[in-house]
Amino acid sequence: MAKENLVKIAQLSCGSEYSGIQKEIETAAAMVDAEIIFPEITIDDVKAVEESFGLQVASPDLKLMMARAQALVDGKTNADAVLIATCFRCAEAALVRNEMRRYIHENSKFPVISYSFTERTTAATLLTRLEALTTTARRRSLLAREHQEGLTAGIDSGSTTTKAVIMQDDKVIGTGWVPTVKVMESATEALNNAMKEAGITRDEIQALGVTGYGRFLIGDEFKADLIQEEITVNSKGAVYLAGHQKGQATVIDIGGMDNKAISVQDGIPGMFTMGGICAGASGRFLEMTSKRLGVDITELGALAVKGMQEHVEMNSYCIVFGIQSLVNSLAKGSVPEDVAAAACYSVVEQVFEQQLQEVEVKEPLIMVGGSSLIEGIPKAMHDLLNIEVTVPPYAQYIGAVGAALLASGFINK
Amino acid sequence: MVKVFIYPSNSLILSDLVDRFGHEPLAMMQEIGKKIRTAGLDSPPINITPEDPKLGLKYAAVEVPSGVRGRMSLLGPLLEEAEAGIIVREPDIAFGCMGCARTNELINFLVRAKKVPLLELDYPNTEDEAKIFVHKIREFLDGLSGAQSGKGDE
Repeated sequence: MAKENLVKIAQLSCGSEYSGIQKEIETAAAMVDAEIIFPEITIDDVKAVEESFGLQVASPDLKLMMARAQALVDGKTNADAVLIATCFRCAEAALVRNEMRRYIHENSKFPVISYSFTERTTAATLLTRLEALTTTARRRSLLAREHQEGLTAGIDSGSTTTKAVIMQDDKVIGTGWVPTVKVMESATEALNNAMKEAGITRDEIQALGVTGYGRFLIGDEFKADLIQEEITVNSKGAVYLAGHQKGQATVIDIGGMDNKAISVQDGIPGMFTMGGICAGASGRFLEMTSKRLGVDITELGALAVKGMQEHVEMNSYCIVFGIQSLVNSLAKGSVPEDVAAAACYSVVEQVFEQQLQEVEVKEPLIMVGGSSLIEGIPKAMHDLLNIEVTVPPYAQYIGAVGAALLASGFINK
Repeated sequence: MVKVFIYPSNSLILSDLVDRFGHEPLAMMQEIGKKIRTAGLDSPPINITPEDPKLGLKYAAVEVPSGVRGRMSLLGPLLEEAEAGIIVREPDIAFGCMGCARTNELINFLVRAKKVPLLELDYPNTEDEAKIFVHKIREFLDGLSGAQSGKGDE
């Protein structure tokens, strides 16, 4: 990656040193040309913070965290973005983490990410998150782009599928979607398919943007103008395709390997979470369900909307034992429609329980990614949250569209 | 000389009192010091590695937050060595700050469960209380010497 201007990330945390992961945080920050800083405060600030903030906690490190948050909001620290991190499974820290995130979001312009870590958290786990955080802090002008101009291409090299689009003057004129096998070959094939549909050749493309897991590899090979993580790109693509570029929105992408829940303001990610611990909450679970039901993944959604998830007893969220519950239900005589509905509901319920608590859910809720086309998924989300769920056109190409849109800012540069 | 576990475990004042009255304080500083002085790729200043919370599994199960287990990897061995303990209740942050309340609950329990001579006292808020505080600690530590010499006499 080219060297970019330094972004100062204020770290508000409890337990990162004693979990042995402080080095991982700093390594990930260095990879995105960022520096971790700790807001300066006095011991009196720490002693006073419980009363001034109104949240009483037993752990002094959490008081320290709150005092640092106040110093940030009060403008006493020169920072560009905020990372809030506490130990996974600590209830007291989770309360403070959530309230600090909300407090900073409501009282300042800092982009914020919150994360709960274990000793197994690595720099690689944090990289995409910090990349998105620094992009939001660094590239506000790029993210302000609302129209796609010229002839541009976007490639989303995902863990399961590789998507490509060709866009011209705010219209998608070609698409390509192939399973990800070998990253470069799949990206080439997807791009070729999109170019063929658009009736253009490679040298006509004025700018190329890439995203997804394989972005660094294909970005280097294709000499992409923009190499960008999925959080920024998907947020931008979602509000663009949903025609909701101004104001608040929530973007949810249930991917093949991880899920993203992003709270967006004017197309720019404010708070976001990326879940990637449990496959039971991913598109992979839906794939396995459709295989077990003997239907194509594209047919699962239509089945699900006809079913009642309440008719199937799901004993586990786990991808192995959850599937076992579905199999047991089939053995007891459940109909495939109910099983498909239960599978969709299980995935959505996990996203709700594990991720949507970490972001403010603001309407409209825009669902994107291939899983959003499985009709049972947006329906389950609607049932659970009782709000309207929008699935924009080309939702499955969201990353590629976002990349092509943002890449048009690089034409003639 | 008796090995005395102190709480807060990073209290310089408490550590100094134990030392002055002839015993060996078991304090966090010495463990952190070892980490810093031990040559390694990551040290200093990254002197705790992701391996440490795994060592803490000896004292707290895997569902306990990693920060607690990382702290226990330092404090647990000290607790094992302890022949006596002093716990100061509700200490001021400036007296010694133990960042994590869950770790504090666990180590206070483990010291009590060890059934070694233990002094528990409140943090003083006035000068008079401070004098009584130091006096009680001295009395406790002197008693430890007596107990130890008594043992020797047997």
